[in-house]
Amino acid sequence: MRMPRLSIDALTAISLRDGNRPILREVSLAVDLGEVHGIVGESGAGKSTIAKAILGIIPSQVKLTGGRIEFEARDILAMSRNELRGLLGHDITLIPQDPSTALNPSRRIDSQLTDGLRAKRGLSAKQARLRAGALLEEVQIRDPERVLTSYPHQLSGGMRQRVLIAAAFGLEPKLVIADEPTTALDVTVQKQILRLIRSLQERHGTSVLFVSHDLGVVAKICDRLTVLYMGKVMEQGTTAEVLNAPRHPYTKALLAAIPRYDRPNTGLEPTPPEVIAALRAEIAAFDVKVMGARDD
Amino acid sequence: MTNDLLVARGLVVAYGRPGGLFARKGAGPAVLHGVAIRVGKGETVGIVGESGSGKTTLGRTLLGLVKPAAGSVLFDGNDITKLDETARRPLRRRMQMIFQDPMSSLNPRHTIGRILIEPILLHGLATNRAAALALVHGVLDRVGLSRNTVDHFSYELSGGQRQRVGIARAVVLRPDFVLADEIVSGLDVSTQAQVLRLLKELTGEMHLALAFISHDLSVIRAICQRVVVMCEGRVVEEGPCEQVFAAPLAAYTRMLIDAIPLPEVDPGWLTRGASAPPAPIAQLAR
Repeated sequence: MRMPRLSIDALTAISLRDGNRPILREVSLAVDLGEVHGIVGESGAGKSTIAKAILGIIPSQVKLTGGRIEFEARDILAMSRNELRGLLGHDITLIPQDPSTALNPSRRIDSQLTDGLRAKRGLSAKQARLRAGALLEEVQIRDPERVLTSYPHQLSGGMRQRVLIAAAFGLEPKLVIADEPTTALDVTVQKQILRLIRSLQERHGTSVLFVSHDLGVVAKICDRLTVLYMGKVMEQGTTAEVLNAPRHPYTKALLAAIPRYDRPNTGLEPTPPEVIAALRAEIAAFDVKVMGARDD
Repeated sequence: MTNDLLVARGLVVAYGRPGGLFARKGAGPAVLHGVAIRVGKGETVGIVGESGSGKTTLGRTLLGLVKPAAGSVLFDGNDITKLDETARRPLRRRMQMIFQDPMSSLNPRHTIGRILIEPILLHGLATNRAAALALVHGVLDRVGLSRNTVDHFSYELSGGQRQRVGIARAVVLRPDFVLADEIVSGLDVSTQAQVLRLLKELTGEMHLALAFISHDLSVIRAICQRVVVMCEGRVVEEGPCEQVFAAPLAAYTRMLIDAIPLPEVDPGWLTRGASAPPAPIAQLAR
């Protein structure tokens, strides 16, 4: 039996603010060693909630009501705050969505990069500074010394995201959670960042959970995909299986809605009403059966 | 060409003027360096570029919202950069804009009804509220919103519904030209598909000229006849979509097209073009 690095089993969550509306509906997925696993879906699919659940930063209005998250066979949800703190930043790190807000605007890059290295890796100030420079070189920043002495606002969005990637991979984690890491970037910069994440991941054998709304982006970087709709898994498989031969009508509808410059006469297909009706029925039936909701 | 509705030539725009407390002396660095563009009657022209390319500034200059330091914008033969406020007013109805974020362009304290009715009365397309409301009902039917949307506030609507309101507000005035600036970039793909389809249908039905600003070349290919590629305040390429996409002349256009991730497995894509200089333009722009 294979032992995945991260295994999510029947994770279920509700929104306390919104009449206990389900947000995650028994989501199960596994991220293998050295694999990039994509979670893809539209807004409200629950993608970010999964990422937050792993990181232990679920907002107060969201309640996990069932399921398990296991990292190397250890139950994350059952861990104490201290245990979890030992895991995060060590074995599990995050590449956030918005590089402009994730860095402290009033501190230089060097102090922000060395924080983690000193706290989590026990390096001296001098060692940490050297390591930070090496990390920036690894994310192909040509002039690491200039970047280290810069404040975040002095760097472009792409450069800031490289710094955050350096921070995420620099602690040699086993799992990186990438939450829409290229959404705020221009396409040419996005391509460089995707290339960088994939090459670091391959070099270090890191597992990556890659959250995105963009089927084009996950097509290029993920080995396997989980397609999510309203907190429920619609389809899972290798990227080629899901994109070349989608089985679920929702995946088919998503692919048919995407415009493609190479096929100008396809795309922009509205989701057929019968597909929407079937999706709603699927969600409602699940809620009645599993969550005990009234069918109204 | 007689078919041109909007013709801009030699547009130079620089932000920052002397006079303010913190203003630098003289004008700031130029954002547009001599840009020319034309939009024919009933034609949809895509304007594509990355952040800092000047595409939004170009759009605002075409509408007369930004005054260029040099150059002209002829709308139906009138140079709007030379017209004063009163002379420009009759043109206002004929040139409309759909904004990027309808949440911030729709007043949250006004009902959708008020937002749609007021410009109709202002421009004299109806003489009383009842007549204006009838026009609003007609346009809501057309953009696929229920008539009782008029009683709602913008924050009660979904992103797709808000963008339909933005489209309704622009087209209810029967304009000849509409500028749409990144109007689908915040939407889910299924909603994006609906909004783009609607826009395509409306431009056909109303013989509407549309300047469609976007960072997404696939979206532009889907709804535009021509495309203008901008980089650092200059037009680097311009032409019919079939031609530009099949055989781009500018290296920058080629790079933009190659950077679009299509939803298909292509193992070589990530490393393709890696040896090329990593987009110095995009990085130096900020």
